[in-house]
Parts: sequence; C-alpha cells; structure tokens
Amino acid sequence: MTPLAVSIFGAIASFVLVLVVLELIRSRRLRERYALLWLVTGIVLTVLSAWRDGLNTIAGWLGVRSYPPAVLFAVGLLFILAVLLHYSTVISRLSDQNVLLAQRLALLEQELAGE
Amino acid sequence: MGADPRLRDLRRIAIVPALNEQHTVARVIDELHAFDEGLDVVVVDDGSVDATAQVARAKGARVLRLPFNLGIGGAVQTGFRFAFENDYDIAVRVDGDGQHDPGQLGRVLEPVLRGDADIVVGSRFADVELSGYRSSRTRRIGIRLLAWIVSRIVGQRVTDTTSGFQALNREGIALFARDYPHDYPEVEATVMVFRHRLRLLEVPVEMRERGGGRSSITALRSIYYMVKVLLAIFVGLFRRNVVPEEGSE
Repeated sequence: MTPLAVSIFGAIASFVLVLVVLELIRSRRLRERYALLWLVTGIVLTVLSAWRDGLNTIAGWLGVRSYPPAVLFAVGLLFILAVLLHYSTVISRLSDQNVLLAQRLALLEQELAGE
Repeated sequence: MGADPRLRDLRRIAIVPALNEQHTVARVIDELHAFDEGLDVVVVDDGSVDATAQVARAKGARVLRLPFNLGIGGAVQTGFRFAFENDYDIAVRVDGDGQHDPGQLGRVLEPVLRGDADIVVGSRFADVELSGYRSSRTRRIGIRLLAWIVSRIVGQRVTDTTSGFQALNREGIALFARDYPHDYPEVEATVMVFRHRLRLLEVPVEMRERGGGRSSITALRSIYYMVKVLLAIFVGLFRRNVVPEEGSE
C-alpha cells in the first residue's frame, strides 16, 4: 500500500500544478492550446495520488507489487515525454514559419528597394 | 439592389476570410458588390494553395495574403486590423465559401445602422421558420450546447455562437482588432463582446450549403474544440484586465 504521506504530498503537488496552469492561462501567459496537455497531466496525477485503492489496483495490473507509487512516477514521466514531444512538433512548425517570414521579408525589401 | 442611403457617407468594408475557395470567392465578391457597390472588399487569404488570391484580385478585391495558415481566428483578425487602421466605420464579415448570402446583409446591417447594436450576428437558429440549415447531428448538438452555456454567462439569449456572418460598427472593429480569440473564435468572441459591455444582437438569417472547401471543424477535432472553448470561456471569466496591452502577447 502507498504510504499516506506520499499520497497527500502527491495530490497537493499535482493539484498545485493544475492551479498554476489555470493562472497562467488567466494571465494570458499560456494559450489554451498548449495548456490542455498540462491540465490533463495535473488532473490525472491528482486523481492517481488521492485515489489510493485505484493506484494499488493499477500497480497490480502493471506487475508493480513492492511500491505502488512507482506508478505515479511512470505516469508522470509518460506525460512529460508527451509534452516534450508535443513541444518538439510546435518548435518545428515555428521554425518553418520563421523561415517563410524571413523569405517574405527579403522579397518585400527587394521590391521596395527596386522602386 | 441599391444600397441603403444611410450607408452612403460611411466607410464600409467586407472582410472575407478564405482558405482554398477559388471556386466560390469570385461569386461572393460579385454578390457583395451587387449588394452595395461602394463596399470595399478585403479577402484574407489564409495560406491558400489554390488560385484564391488571384481570383479575388481579378474581381477587384484587396487581398491580404498570409504567408502561412493562421487559422480562422488569426485570419479574421487580420481583416479587422486592416479595417481599424484604415478608418472604416462599418465592417461586415462574410465567409469566402459562399455559405453566407450577401443578399441578406441588409438585415444584418440594420441594427448597426439604427445604432442599436455594436455587433450583429446572423443566426441560423434565431427564427425557427428560417432554420433550413442542415448539418450533422453532433455538430448541431454542439452548437446548441455552446449557445446555451454562452446565454447563461452573458445573460442574454444567444442562439448561434458559431456564426461568422456579422456586421460591426467602429467600436466592434476596434475591439476585435485589438483582441480576438484563436482557433475557432466566435464562441469566445461572443463572451468577450459582453464582457466589454458592447451590445450584441442576433438577426435570423438563412445560410446556404457550402459552395466548396470543407468545414474547418472535422468530427475528430470537435471534442478538442469543445474542451478548448469551454476552458477558454471559464478561465476568461476570471480575467479582470480583459484587454491585453498592445504588444503584450
């Protein structure tokens, strides 16, 4: 069984993550589009931490007998990987767009200078 | 059709967002000029890969070509910025796919010209008699659900929060030029209008079948869309400073 302290600390920490993400959206420092994955991460981790029986059951399915909170780490890690991979695609798109913008700017400058 | 005499002294513009609408955009521009020949038309080409921009230019429209696809929100806001910076008094928004009939613009413009509203939205559902609008069942349920939630929040009955058939006065143009939501913007924009204490009215319109292209909302994306929009609306309610400072984004 998960130690009670781990459950409490895990639940509080994940819930704080949810609140921080919501506050970042509210203050317009984070777009909803990029916040959704973080929110799902926070909510899933909050639920898994607080719902001790559920965590035990899931740990059983995954063959984790000795220390159920390991599942929390695994899930957290999985979500962090997902967020990072998502950001890699976002960065790729941004750099493509940046190239396009620079090219358009160069063409426009040439057009203006040619007048 | 002669234009309304009240329009004569006003600088007025039609904003037409278009993505790969080469088959329909010419007809839309023609119909806009048939409705009011003094109406300037600006087509915002949101990264089309077909001849949308050339066709629109050939029809005498101004074309703002975005270097890549910004999505409908970013495209439409480009039009509002253009209208604001060029001192237009009145703007209408008509989609380039032909589903909005410029022949019904008189009805949409009327409350703005009367001074009763800052923003008028042509609604498919405001009048049951006119609601010949057909779309998939899930889409209709989604539209209804959003309308119900938005009505609750703004305290006024709103029937169609996803309609892009709109008319705006200078106040409306100024607001949307400064701040306009991303992705699928109309729902959030409706709430924003009320938060800024601008007056929004709906008038019943009939929409046509889409002339070409595809809806920007596919079945798979609609869940993401609903979640995102609801999140944006509810978080938006907790914003005190509703307008971001220029350049803070």
